Amino acid sequence: MDQFLAFTVVGLSTAAIYAVIGSGLVLTHTTAGVFNFAHGAAGMLAAFAYWQLAVGWGWPVPAALAVVLLVLAPAFGLLAERVLMRPVQALGEAERLVMTVALLTGCIALARWVWDPNTPRPLAAFLAGEPALRLGPAVVTWHQAITMATALAIAGGLWFLLHRTRAGTEMRASVDDRALAGLTGADPLRAGRLAWVLGIQLAAVGGILIAPTVALDAQQLSLLIVSAYTAAVFGRLRSLPLTFLGAVVVGLLEAYLAGYLPQNDYLPGLRLAAPALLLLLALLAFPHRRLPGRDRTLVRVPLPGRRGGLVLAGCVLAVALVLVSVLTEDEVISYGTLFPIGVIALSYVPLAGYAGQISLCQLSIAGIGAVVWGHLGAHGALWALPVAVLVAAAVGALVALPALRLSGIYLALGTVAFATVLDRWIFTLPAFHVLGVRISLFDQGSVSVAGPDLFGLRLTSPTDLVLFSAFCLAVTSLGLAALRRGRFGRRLVALRDSEAAYATLGGRLLAAKVAVFALSAGIAGLGGALYGMQLQTVTADQFSLVAGLPVFLIAVVGGLGSVGTGLFTGLAYVVPVQLLDGLGGWAQNLPALLVALAGLGFAHSPAGVIARLRAQWTPLGRDRQLLTALLGVLALCWAVAVLVPAGGRPALAAALVVAMVLRNRAAARAAAPADVPPEWWGVRRPWRPEDGEVLSRATAAAS
Amino acid sequence: MPPLLQADGITVAFGGRRALDRVSLAAEPGRVTGLIGPNGAGKSTLFDTVSGLRRPQTGRVRLDGRDITREGPARRARRGLSRTFQHLELFGRLSVRDNLLVAAELGPRRRHAARTADEVLDRLGLADTAQAPADALPTGIARLVEVGRALVQSPRVLLLDEPAAGQDAEETERFADLLRSLAAEGTAVVLVEHDMSLVMAVCDDVYVLDLGQVVACGPPAEIQQDETVLAAYLGEP
Ligand SMILES: Nc1ncnc2c1ncn2[C@@H]1O[C@H](COP(=O)(O)OP(=O)(O)OP(=O)(O)O)[C@@H](O)[C@H]1O
Ligand SMILES: [Mg+2]
Repeated sequence: MDQFLAFTVVGLSTAAIYAVIGSGLVLTHTTAGVFNFAHGAAGMLAAFAYWQLAVGWGWPVPAALAVVLLVLAPAFGLLAERVLMRPVQALGEAERLVMTVALLTGCIALARWVWDPNTPRPLAAFLAGEPALRLGPAVVTWHQAITMATALAIAGGLWFLLHRTRAGTEMRASVDDRALAGLTGADPLRAGRLAWVLGIQLAAVGGILIAPTVALDAQQLSLLIVSAYTAAVFGRLRSLPLTFLGAVVVGLLEAYLAGYLPQNDYLPGLRLAAPALLLLLALLAFPHRRLPGRDRTLVRVPLPGRRGGLVLAGCVLAVALVLVSVLTEDEVISYGTLFPIGVIALSYVPLAGYAGQISLCQLSIAGIGAVVWGHLGAHGALWALPVAVLVAAAVGALVALPALRLSGIYLALGTVAFATVLDRWIFTLPAFHVLGVRISLFDQGSVSVAGPDLFGLRLTSPTDLVLFSAFCLAVTSLGLAALRRGRFGRRLVALRDSEAAYATLGGRLLAAKVAVFALSAGIAGLGGALYGMQLQTVTADQFSLVAGLPVFLIAVVGGLGSVGTGLFTGLAYVVPVQLLDGLGGWAQNLPALLVALAGLGFAHSPAGVIARLRAQWTPLGRDRQLLTALLGVLALCWAVAVLVPAGGRPALAAALVVAMVLRNRAAARAAAPADVPPEWWGVRRPWRPEDGEVLSRATAAAS
Repeated sequence: MPPLLQADGITVAFGGRRALDRVSLAAEPGRVTGLIGPNGAGKSTLFDTVSGLRRPQTGRVRLDGRDITREGPARRARRGLSRTFQHLELFGRLSVRDNLLVAAELGPRRRHAARTADEVLDRLGLADTAQAPADALPTGIARLVEVGRALVQSPRVLLLDEPAAGQDAEETERFADLLRSLAAEGTAVVLVEHDMSLVMAVCDDVYVLDLGQVVACGPPAEIQQDETVLAAYLGEP
């Protein structure tokens, strides 16, 4: 009984923290219309800042608290609202989601950069020295008491704010309809700003309260948010009382599982994964009303021509050939991962680009492909590769089932929950048996991965493997281009653009959605297997949720609708890291930060970088003379890089400069005056194939 | 012999308000059936119910005598029911031709999808627009594309929700000819339209809906004389 009470007290105090964080999430979601994936990360930064002031610099606790909660947190909220969210406010739900995912990645990178993750940073509980309180048979530490009291005070304060003040009325008005709120004299902009400030303050309170009970670790603290998500989903992202109730359920569940779950190898992960499992259940059990307003801005899906596809595949192979001829063996290993990453990024193209389904668990599914290949293909048996792809596809089809009920951020949340369950539980399991089949994942450590045996040709050297992955990337890119031109691709785009029209034309939503999830998971699985081959050994954290976010962000920046996203993501993910590698430790977190910044800059080019690049480079591609010149220069630079020791970087720089110059020459030559105003193209005169390009070039130049 | 399409005693309520109150309507092959009524009368809601996007609280929908009330929209489409949307539901990121192709590939003539799509494009005079992205079109043309997308499925019953809005007089004239020729080919056309002269010119029967109830039905000449209709609808400026 005493034990039960002790667990209950622990559960309630955790619940109090989840409630505080969750109510901040609900506040920004309802009032500002943004589901903030970086909400937990904001709390994490607050905890680090508090540690810095109170422990690092030895400030008195009240002063440190005041600075963090009253100065830093509101400043962060205002900055996020003004700089990040307002530019995308007019865009769709997906764009706002990308912004907060970028913010999440940025916060984690920033924290790791400023506070070296290898130094432990103990943070004492509040009034840790005082004797615990005894309330009848229950023992409550001061920290727990303070936590629960804070949550109650916040609940009361929020109620008063929302129901008894003018600012609160404005916030509630903005919830229902932002445009309508304006008519009634409320100012949705001001309400949104207030919601951001309050939301981040609540996240900060939660972060500071929870930090002493867990390690001060950037990633772990940011992901505690999953429990708060669960609480918020209980409140359907709009009701504060239900969010508090949800928090109590999650907090108690975690505490009782920790206390009563039998000790063995299989179950500790279940306890960690319980909030994510509960989140999945809650998402499926509650009906979800989407925020008002329909998405009108959609990811563009350029129609790749046959020639364009071949040029792309050629580029992929050329990059691979240049890499293996110019680089040393070690460098080939590290640069080579760009091709598998590219394949994984391509898995977003049919799923998110064409069909508009946002999944944040593609890298986790790639992990499944990697372990299946690692185990079955240990001797390189080629048949194991399609098996790995099929297993990944089956997992993808499984993910599709909830996707039938969920859309938009709810689907994204569902995939976050799924990835978290894999991270915290499934991937940590030792080998187990299901129906007599031995299933083994990461074996609680690492799995070594062999190269394939291509009909007697064993691929073992890094060079072989790079060429093989590049070949796979080229083929996948070509395949997706063909898919986009074909019947299935058209259907996916149609399905996204209007489900109602698709259904009333006789299309089956269920079949199409399951198929696209399976297809994209299969591609991710192939990418994972290739990634594993390149890395030679794989561990679970290489395929975690957080590791997958940068890949997603870069793919978004590239443009989810373009098949060129594969090569682009691979290059942008790997090359900066390697180039900055020489600059010493301080530069280590820079690439992650850059990715986050690029994601944040995405608001200014929502069509994607690739569409822009294509528009900028096409004139050069059509100009025989200049193209020949370019190819000549590239060949020369390549020769220099191969023959002259340490000539690689200068040659690369020279090639880039010459290419830019030629590009501008070609663009200047190709500029032609327009006859009919662009809005009437295709109406007053036939639509010409080059019209799309001309338009996107004009938009690129204008922005 | 039952009518090809028959909606019988359809009731749909949003919250407590009845958008449709025991509405019955029949459409016959070879005839254009008009459905008119003031804004908010429930015309689009009736189309949603017939096409399967919305379940009625009471009432039955029958196609060829078969009860299809419980079937989903895709099922009904495969039985030969096609519709257009008042609030355009084009596949905005696809080209005009691809919009028609998607529909053709889901329709009964899927084997000759490309040819069917091109034929319909020619018939509607959209050949020049074929490669333009659908979300870049002016509304009048976009509506025509919606009609084309329904037509490539060679429907037996064609529900058109304000297809001629945004067309000028000449285009409307051509559209009237199209409707007549479709009827002549044996299609049952149901037309929701605010342009009275078009309705009077092409419809064989007209239903008048007001506040969710059918207040009159009959041949256009009769409807034009009807007192209740004048009061409910035509009397309005
Ligand atoms: N999803 C919905 N939720 C609540 N009420 C609705 C919904 N859809 C339609 N209504 C209401 O049902 C009634 C009928 O609407 P409907 O769109 O069918 O009218 P309509 O005859 O097509 O009008 P219009 O000529 O303007 O197109 C209206 O009062 C409308 O406000
Ligand atoms: Mg209507």
